[in-house]
Amino acid sequence: MKNINKTTDEYSNLIKKNQPPVKKVRNIIRAFVVGGLISVLGQGLWNLYLLYFDLSQDDAGALATITLIFLGGLLTGLGVYDNLGQFAGAGSIVPVTGFANAMVSPAMEYKQEGYILGIGAKLFSVAGPVLTYGMVSAFIIGALKQILGG
Amino acid sequence: MAKKLKGQTLIFSNPPQIIGHTSVVGPEEKKGPYGKDFDFAYQDVKCGKDSWEKGEKQMASDALKGAMDKAGLDPSDVNLILGGDLLDEIITADYVARDQDIPFLGLYSACAIMVEALGLGAALMDGGFADCVLAFASSDYQTAERQYRNPIEYGAQYPPYKQYTVTGAAAYALGWLGGQTWITHFTAGKVLDLGVKDPNNMGSAMAPAAADTILQHFADLERGLPDYDLILSGDLGKMGKKMLLSLLQEKNLNPGKKLQDCGALIFGGKEKYGAGGSGAGASGVMLGNVFIPKIIKGEINRILLVGTGALLSPLTIQQGESIPGIAHAVVVEKITGG
Amino acid sequence: MGNYLTAFLIGGLICVLGQLFLDNTKYTPAHLLVALVVLGSIFTGLGWYEPLIKFAGAGMTVPVSNFGYVLTRGVLEEASRDGLMGLFKGLLETASAGISASVVIAFFIALIFNPKS
Repeated sequence: MKNINKTTDEYSNLIKKNQPPVKKVRNIIRAFVVGGLISVLGQGLWNLYLLYFDLSQDDAGALATITLIFLGGLLTGLGVYDNLGQFAGAGSIVPVTGFANAMVSPAMEYKQEGYILGIGAKLFSVAGPVLTYGMVSAFIIGALKQILGG
Repeated sequence: MAKKLKGQTLIFSNPPQIIGHTSVVGPEEKKGPYGKDFDFAYQDVKCGKDSWEKGEKQMASDALKGAMDKAGLDPSDVNLILGGDLLDEIITADYVARDQDIPFLGLYSACAIMVEALGLGAALMDGGFADCVLAFASSDYQTAERQYRNPIEYGAQYPPYKQYTVTGAAAYALGWLGGQTWITHFTAGKVLDLGVKDPNNMGSAMAPAAADTILQHFADLERGLPDYDLILSGDLGKMGKKMLLSLLQEKNLNPGKKLQDCGALIFGGKEKYGAGGSGAGASGVMLGNVFIPKIIKGEINRILLVGTGALLSPLTIQQGESIPGIAHAVVVEKITGG
Repeated sequence: MGNYLTAFLIGGLICVLGQLFLDNTKYTPAHLLVALVVLGSIFTGLGWYEPLIKFAGAGMTVPVSNFGYVLTRGVLEEASRDGLMGLFKGLLETASAGISASVVIAFFIALIFNPKS
């Protein structure tokens, strides 16, 4: 016979009573502003590459994405992106800079385990599902369109 | 018919003494309010080695050697080493024992390992099976985070009740002479699981087990809060401590300031560390260097040390399983005329 | 291709939806990113993603849903040319500048830097 006899629901309610409240409104505002600003940065880069480097709209856009990836990766390497993440939540997870962070952070950590099995494998340990499902859904949509004759 | 067992509590008729102890910590712990109390602090968490795991092993080895030195022991004096850590296969402890020529009993109860080692070590001595044992436990922020949760530099948004694993190792030498504190009782805890699934909320996962063990200890010995100067939990953190107080209050126990938590104390409550420290090293480094001196000075007499462990497995969490908790307790006190 | 205001508003809005998802469900960031990529893919299939890019510019290309768009667009273009083989070729050919850049850039950064506590 245990001395504490509560159901998981009862305990879960007790936790909710005791835990510090999640500041949802504050989080939404922060996510909005940071996510919006990163998008503005992306827009600026896009315009820059379009006008000054005389690239096509697609290429300029791709280069803007690559620049953001580099920035996200660099800020992760400098140890700053986790602080941004704690502040902005989805505002820094959703933009492609967050994707770079998801690749760099595990890879950096497993350097001790070597280049092949350490960095090589761990690049994908957090970001892997995005690639898997991105490709799978692209394939399925493509297949559906073929079948339905779109 | 077990003569010295009441319920879940082992009652020692020949309680051993703590004859030496050492704590080794990392830079974050050194920066905290108890920084100057620890025996040694490394500025580099890798301790000059090329991996965090090797660094943790260095700290644990240092603690073990330190405890032997302080107790004036030669390795040939020690009958048994008991210890563990948070990593898979308790590999840190395994490697530490590899360097010693002493039989090794590896233990795992997550962050309750320190108390489990002290309790079992004391029991073996009380039972006449050993005259000198070493008990140790260690934890490390980098090694724990990458095994149990996310990469350190990952930009996730963590809730305020998340804890910060203590980078620290502690070792205790138990013997018959020369100590000023005794281990007189050991309450072995049961595993309790009230369905917490969030690996960022370990305090809440452990609190039910802590409450269960404390209540059982009091019932077994027919004692209550007035019999103790301090109820010291291992690493419940601020959130877990609140949950424990809630659970005890429902059973009409209100320890108030008598209940302290090593994890909540070690980093001084700063926001960077969330709900406070966690890890197998937390209780070990705080007991010997902060609270045993209080017993020796006569400020307090009897502590109920409750080590708390969250038995988290990263794999089964992905399967939707919850996190069971366990808590072991030892009574550390001064025996007058002992 | 949008302007600064629409980029800010739409990019910010997608992040807000992401934040609501994280704060109100038990799902993790990994689930959120997968959901966004798949939605990007579906919107592309329905022909909605491109008009949204025209309106909001980077507000639609900065969030990771853009990977879904680029991958799907590549598949659809190749498939309309090559039929079944196009489905597979399309995926590999437009492995997407974003994804290949991520792997290469992340590799070198991880090589140079170390995590701090």
